[in-house]
Amino acid sequence: MSTLSPPAPLTAARVRGRRRAEAPARVDPLGWIVGACVAASAVMLFLVPLLWAFFTSLKEDRDITAFPPTLFPSSITFEHYSTTWSSMDFPRLLMNTVIFAGGVTILALVCDSLAAYALARIDFPGRNVIFVLILVTLMIPGQITLVPLFNLVNGLNLLNTYGGLILPRAADAFGIFLLRQFFLSIPRDLEDAARIDGASELRIFARIVVPLSKPALLTLGLFIFMANWNDLLWPLIMSTDGSLATLPSGLASFIGQHVTDYGPLMGGSVLAMLPMFVAFLFVQRSFIQSIASTGIK
Amino acid sequence: MSHPVSSPAPSRTVAGDGAGAPREQIRVRRSRRVTPLRRRRIITAYLFLSPALLVFGTFLLYPVFEGVRVSFYDYNPFGEEFVGLANYEGLLDDDRFWGALRHTALYAFVTTVVTLALALGLALLLNSRIAFRSFTRAVVFVPFVLSMAIVSITFSFLLDPDIGWLSYRLDQVGLPSIAYLRDADWAMVAVIVVGIWKSVGYYMVIILAGLQQIPRDLYEAAAVDGARRWQRFRYITLPLLSNTTMIVSVLALIAGLQVFDQIYVMTGGGPYFSTESLVGLIFTRGFGELRMGYASAIAVVFTVIIVGLSLMQIRFFSRRAIQY
Repeated sequence: MSTLSPPAPLTAARVRGRRRAEAPARVDPLGWIVGACVAASAVMLFLVPLLWAFFTSLKEDRDITAFPPTLFPSSITFEHYSTTWSSMDFPRLLMNTVIFAGGVTILALVCDSLAAYALARIDFPGRNVIFVLILVTLMIPGQITLVPLFNLVNGLNLLNTYGGLILPRAADAFGIFLLRQFFLSIPRDLEDAARIDGASELRIFARIVVPLSKPALLTLGLFIFMANWNDLLWPLIMSTDGSLATLPSGLASFIGQHVTDYGPLMGGSVLAMLPMFVAFLFVQRSFIQSIASTGIK
Repeated sequence: MSHPVSSPAPSRTVAGDGAGAPREQIRVRRSRRVTPLRRRRIITAYLFLSPALLVFGTFLLYPVFEGVRVSFYDYNPFGEEFVGLANYEGLLDDDRFWGALRHTALYAFVTTVVTLALALGLALLLNSRIAFRSFTRAVVFVPFVLSMAIVSITFSFLLDPDIGWLSYRLDQVGLPSIAYLRDADWAMVAVIVVGIWKSVGYYMVIILAGLQQIPRDLYEAAAVDGARRWQRFRYITLPLLSNTTMIVSVLALIAGLQVFDQIYVMTGGGPYFSTESLVGLIFTRGFGELRMGYASAIAVVFTVIIVGLSLMQIRFFSRRAIQY
């Protein structure tokens, strides 16, 4: 290796070699003490606020408003969750979020991988120009498109529809870039054999390249899903009548209206955070690894 | 590149580079004649690209140009009127614009510096041989996967002056007993702290990857030469990490300039607009007051700043990549 460049892109070889990345280090007593202190402070700083939200969602109202405030509940109740579910329109917010984040993820994976395949595997005039243009769009902040997008979606009569929420995000430059790099790292031999056997490009793409790229597709899909699940500004703008509010935008507008209704709000927040938290626990290692190797935004 | 047909490049032939010549001829034949097979492959390529290009063209390229155009208009969903540079002139006299610019710059600068320092410290600590390393890394990283809006709801409650657990604890350690989110000075501090809390783990992971790319033998050689811990950090780690720290700085700066979520939830830009950010102002002017031309003018200024930063980053990396 000759340059300490931006973190190396995710490649097939890297994914395969991931398991051996870190050998367990032997820890001396000092390392144990320091490690324990660091871990304890990290839990205090980063986990306790989240745990507090969870505990508060289980507290009875008199516990929530008690002074001095406490971390742990003195008794446990699930009434806030039933309030969240019934009176905060939670099922609709949840459904909107799932459809929005899921729809964007599926469409973007299809569009991105098709485009990335053409850029990585087919030699055609204009390939470099298109690739550079796609990279250039990475620099443009999405905020400049908000006003025109709103008017465009409005003009297409798609305001307050899932289409208006999902379609503008159906492809993203970063995904194309990431997948192109991954496809380039897959050996061509298999495809060439298939090509000699007369397989079409679509068939090679669907039967050979996509199955070999599952790790990259899963990682990218997870990132797209996470970004949209967590997004606030976009659903805020594109759902003018609130019917398509997602969990972040719906719960955020709740805090303005019912400042004192903290129990159900914490219940809703915990439920909104839970899927990402659980997903992270399951795929923690590859998740962190792929950020380290790509510098994903 | 020279065409072997027009200029035979005798030196290369004399040098006996037998593999080079045929390869170039193949390339020439390819680009000159479009065989039916090749035409089919070109069509296939564009068919593969078409969904993505359609989305980019409709929902990215067109809106960018339209955004610039609209910034010269008095514009709302019901009509438009060309006003030339009036929107940009309006910005010069708009106290809220200058305020938003100041707050955004302050937020971006402070979060970048503090996040970089904290992430570097954490990465160094969690790259050394200490117990619970993976666990601590995961804990620090967790906030990054959560929604900033939702996290901010939690922090708003934690900082509630009457019943917030965090306010109470802060009061106990001697900080003023006030409503942090309703105080013109402290609201910005709260917004900054939540921003750092959420993203420090992400940058730590990037820096950890950078640290692990530094070859071990450099440290071993330095240790043989009698370099102390601080010297190894100062003369090996820091210089070889400079590309990573540069990336992290630019990423953090750009992300900082785009701050919106926690301000919208925690302070609503207040009190007295003291935490209003540029994106927040674009949102208010464009979608609250429906002054969309004016909002677009702010968005254009905003975009120029961000693209400028990205170009600086590209310049930096094209001029110097640390070799070792």
